[in-house]
Amino acid sequence: MSDHVTSALAGAAFDGFVQLREAGACGMITLRGDFSSAVFQKAVGEVAEGAGVPKTRQITTAGDSAVAWMSPDELLIMCPHAEAPARAAALAQALSGEHALAVNVSDARAVFDLTGAGSREVLAKLCPVDFAPGAFKQGEIRRTRMAQVAAAVWMTGPDSFRVVCFRSVAAYVFGLLQASAQPGSEVGVFADT
Amino acid sequence: MSTRLASGGRLIDRSKQVQFTFNGKQMRGHAGDTLASALLANDQMMVGRSFKYHRPRGIVASGAEEPNALINMGEGARFEPNQRATTTELFNGLVAQSQNHWPSLEFDIGAVNTYFSRFLPAGFYYKMFMYPRAFWKHVYEPFIRQSAGLGRAPKQRDQDTYEHFYHFADLVVIGGGVAGLQAALAAATAGQSVLVIEQTADWGGRAPVDGVADDSTIDGMDADAWVAQAVAKLDAMDNVTMRTRTMGAGVYDHGYLLAYERLRDHAPEAKGPRHRLWRIRTKQIVTATGAIERPLSFAGNDLPGVMLAAALRDYVVNYGVSTGDRTVVVTNNDDAYRTAIVLKQAGLEVPVIIDARPEGGGALMAKARDMGIRVDTGRAIAKVKGGKRVTGVQICAQAGEGSVLEEIPCDAVAMSGGWSPVVHLWSHCGGKLIWDDAQAHFRPDPSRPPTGASGEGFVIAAGSANGALALDAALADATAAGVAAARAAGGTPDDAPPPKADALGEAALAPVWMMPQGANIKLRMKSWLDFQNDVKVSDVQLAAHEGFESVEHAKRYTTLGMATDQGKLSNINGLAILSDALGQPIPVTGTTTFRPPYTPISMGAIAGEARGEIFQPLRRTPMHDWHDANGADWEPVGHWRRPYAFVRNGETVNEAVMREVRNTREKLGLLDASTLGKLIVKGPDAGRFLDMMYTNMMSTLKPGKCRYGLMCSENGFLSDDGVVARIDDDTWLCHTTTGGADRIHAHMEEWLQTEWWDWKVYVANVTEQLAQVAVVGPNARKLLEKLGGMDVSREALGFMEWADGTLGGFDARVYRISFSGELSYEVAVPASQGRAFWDKLMEAGKEFGVMPYGTEALHIMRAEKGFIMIGDETDGTVIPQDLGLDWALSKKKEDYLGKRAQQRSHMTDPNRWKLVGLETVDGSVLPDGAYALGNGVNENGQKVMIGRVTSTYHSPTLNRGIAMGLVLHGPDRMGEVLDFPGTDGKTYKAKIVSAVFYDPEGEKQNV
Repeated sequence: MSDHVTSALAGAAFDGFVQLREAGACGMITLRGDFSSAVFQKAVGEVAEGAGVPKTRQITTAGDSAVAWMSPDELLIMCPHAEAPARAAALAQALSGEHALAVNVSDARAVFDLTGAGSREVLAKLCPVDFAPGAFKQGEIRRTRMAQVAAAVWMTGPDSFRVVCFRSVAAYVFGLLQASAQPGSEVGVFADT
Repeated sequence: MSTRLASGGRLIDRSKQVQFTFNGKQMRGHAGDTLASALLANDQMMVGRSFKYHRPRGIVASGAEEPNALINMGEGARFEPNQRATTTELFNGLVAQSQNHWPSLEFDIGAVNTYFSRFLPAGFYYKMFMYPRAFWKHVYEPFIRQSAGLGRAPKQRDQDTYEHFYHFADLVVIGGGVAGLQAALAAATAGQSVLVIEQTADWGGRAPVDGVADDSTIDGMDADAWVAQAVAKLDAMDNVTMRTRTMGAGVYDHGYLLAYERLRDHAPEAKGPRHRLWRIRTKQIVTATGAIERPLSFAGNDLPGVMLAAALRDYVVNYGVSTGDRTVVVTNNDDAYRTAIVLKQAGLEVPVIIDARPEGGGALMAKARDMGIRVDTGRAIAKVKGGKRVTGVQICAQAGEGSVLEEIPCDAVAMSGGWSPVVHLWSHCGGKLIWDDAQAHFRPDPSRPPTGASGEGFVIAAGSANGALALDAALADATAAGVAAARAAGGTPDDAPPPKADALGEAALAPVWMMPQGANIKLRMKSWLDFQNDVKVSDVQLAAHEGFESVEHAKRYTTLGMATDQGKLSNINGLAILSDALGQPIPVTGTTTFRPPYTPISMGAIAGEARGEIFQPLRRTPMHDWHDANGADWEPVGHWRRPYAFVRNGETVNEAVMREVRNTREKLGLLDASTLGKLIVKGPDAGRFLDMMYTNMMSTLKPGKCRYGLMCSENGFLSDDGVVARIDDDTWLCHTTTGGADRIHAHMEEWLQTEWWDWKVYVANVTEQLAQVAVVGPNARKLLEKLGGMDVSREALGFMEWADGTLGGFDARVYRISFSGELSYEVAVPASQGRAFWDKLMEAGKEFGVMPYGTEALHIMRAEKGFIMIGDETDGTVIPQDLGLDWALSKKKEDYLGKRAQQRSHMTDPNRWKLVGLETVDGSVLPDGAYALGNGVNENGQKVMIGRVTSTYHSPTLNRGIAMGLVLHGPDRMGEVLDFPGTDGKTYKAKIVSAVFYDPEGEKQNV
């Protein structure tokens, strides 16, 4: 029931040396199965508007959909929030002859957008990941640790990142990003690239 | 007196005045000063009292090695003790106070200790404070606490912020002197990413200061000009990152490096974090960390006004500050002559250079003599005269025992005992040292570097940090180090020759560990090795005499090198004295261990962002804010916060709990059960898998039905419990305890990935996808029926069944399960709808008397029913059989995790304590965790225990104390009364009863 739906932080926002926004309710489906199966690949493509099964640590996008590599047998399919139940059901249907699991996890997550030239630095304060421009590029996704919790990060544009964490720690992750984006705390190591 | 000179000072800006206070006294300095240089400019020679004897102490050094000038910095929320004045940049409004004195710096009562110093030798505390034992707590410890020194602890919360930064670089060069810069230039040609860090605010290190004395040049430029162009070149390279005020703090395994950036110490009012801890991964580290000058051990070498020769020169050249008008230079090497030359150039007096070497020095000595400075060779200082500052020196022959030949008035002494490479970072991760006889110091052994994952070295020392003390040698060594590091990191650097250095050559030094060589005990007792911990030559000799032969033992016995400076000035001198006392060469004695950090780093930097609201993650359910606004008394459950009770105005927490239990039993209660773990288990082998995971049979469960299940570890111990629902043919949903969700998910994955990797099962953790509300009480059905949309009647949805549907407009899955013994439903909705659903239940439930209840009411109600709680009735040593849960152990299954373990003799022992109910005879509440006493004592003389309380509450339903406990032969002893001594001195009497206190027939839930 869409009129009941609220995201974890109801669109919280902060403007520091980058812009931080909670992205609102996003659709997400955990899909586990055999990536090499033709049926599996076809099912993913059909549900994700043609976005294919990504390679290790990659994310593919098409239209409103994205498919992210999570592990050798797990994908995360992203779509508009309202469509997640139907798409999960469609996947389950398409894969009914396979050993696979498709489950709607949209509400288990909180999603944040970081926009601005300093986004790489904000994330590098929290995640043990090389965010240098030459090392982390659009099309990649990293599942990692953000301070004390699990998170996944990928780029949505040349200067923008999307962060996904568990819903219960949304306020913590927002607090981390807010603290790391405080004006005056710019690091300046990625500035000249 | 010490003062600001009329000119000079390459680091200060004389046009910018800076105000600060020291011990409340207004003082002035210049932009670019350190606190130490500004104090000296204001004739503040004495800056503190020593740790043990409270002797007056002055500034000794000009950098990170400073042992004496430790300052209480700042006030209130910016107060911080033990800050080194030499590494504190001056800023407007700086407030500093000296430490370790009472009532004042000038007049200190503790200084009386110095007269008793004969009675406070090494190991004094160990010898003195042993007996009688009872004295320790009431006499010795308070006394030692009172007199033990250094700074005060801050009282207020730190107002600044801190952060971490994860950085990745192919190469890191630590140290921004000429060697570090040259190493970076040589390495950076390979195009790899290079990080260059320098602990001070300025690039260049010592070379610009030294160059003033001997007019040395690099590539035809003076050192300042060469440094400026080198920094400009590196700055212009895209692959090079340069940071000043950033110290290499520690080197760890696999190229992990911590660097400590001090961003706002010099500008505390500026926005942004005060410190940043860089957590760096790199392939190769070049340590161009320089060298530290050693003091000489002569009597009175700790008086204010006695300073390291190079530091004294630094204050003149860098800050335009003179330490005294008449400075005696005492040395065993050529470098100290530079100080004499610089002083003379600045128009100051150098009455004599005392050179312990019989032959004296080389070109620098000649230059000093040409300037008219008297040089006495083969001489030593017998004793420094003065009280709170130097007034003169007595000169003797170095070869003798200290007969005074001459007394020379002076107000400063510049001492140099040679230079020791800063090998700390090289050594942190296992790099080994070799003794360099010619230069009388330990330096890195290039054949035994710290090794990384590949077995190859990942640290290369460069310049004076590698023992290459002379300018030309340092630059050549740094060039080679930079090239080698780039190659080792997989790059191909250009092969360019090192820059051409033109400097005066130096004659060899002569090792001098004691001055004079045959100093008598009176002199040795006034010859300091460790200024900060008040350790003298005589103390180390005593330690050796008393059998502390290992350097590590001697260190701990004397406390040599154990102060906040970790012996940067004292270690080599101390172990030389120890070696001499033991009659063995220095390398045989070896060094103590170098441990990170290089100098102390702030607690704030270590914590980083983790403070206040983001100290640790708090997990919140979708209804968290409602709870918070409605009186929730929070209880931590894992990282979750759950309402313990919802407290109303005028109520105590306990009253709220009692009300919540009664209301739920009589009317209607709501519990936020969202935190319960929910795992989807799916696949053709899921049933078989769950039969292994749980002790009961799950494969036979019908879709639409629920079953309570137990999980054990492979050792048979009860690990988790919960209700399992079968969703469809190959899908189950397993509820876990709140704290168990992640653990049980990992447990399942571990078995699937390591043992049964060929079973077709997928597990997904959907705990946070769903908000779950327990709707409990006689009115529960009425509320759900009012919401409408699903048939929740007894007939349509029986006990231990579930159904999907739309309830009051919400996407819902309704379970008919009960953990309270009442008519009860648990309703799961998508988390995004959780808050709206909760609001709807509260609104619609008004007419049925709805109230939320918290975890304590939940606990009481389950205990009234005799339901176990993981973590209360279990503690990792309890098996289901102990709890009377044999009914949940399938006899039909060939195996389940824990089955075989539960057949071990100890597990089937009839003497295992078993679960029973306990009822106090007088209706009071048994103390939690209390033990039941048996007869007699065991083999250890302890009273025999025959049981313990696992859960205990006041039951508002029964209006009496109820408890559960594990008791020896408990189920066979119904009606027996046991004694439970409490920690309050009382003994509680409780009768053994059935654990099911309430509605044993289950009539309430089955309606």
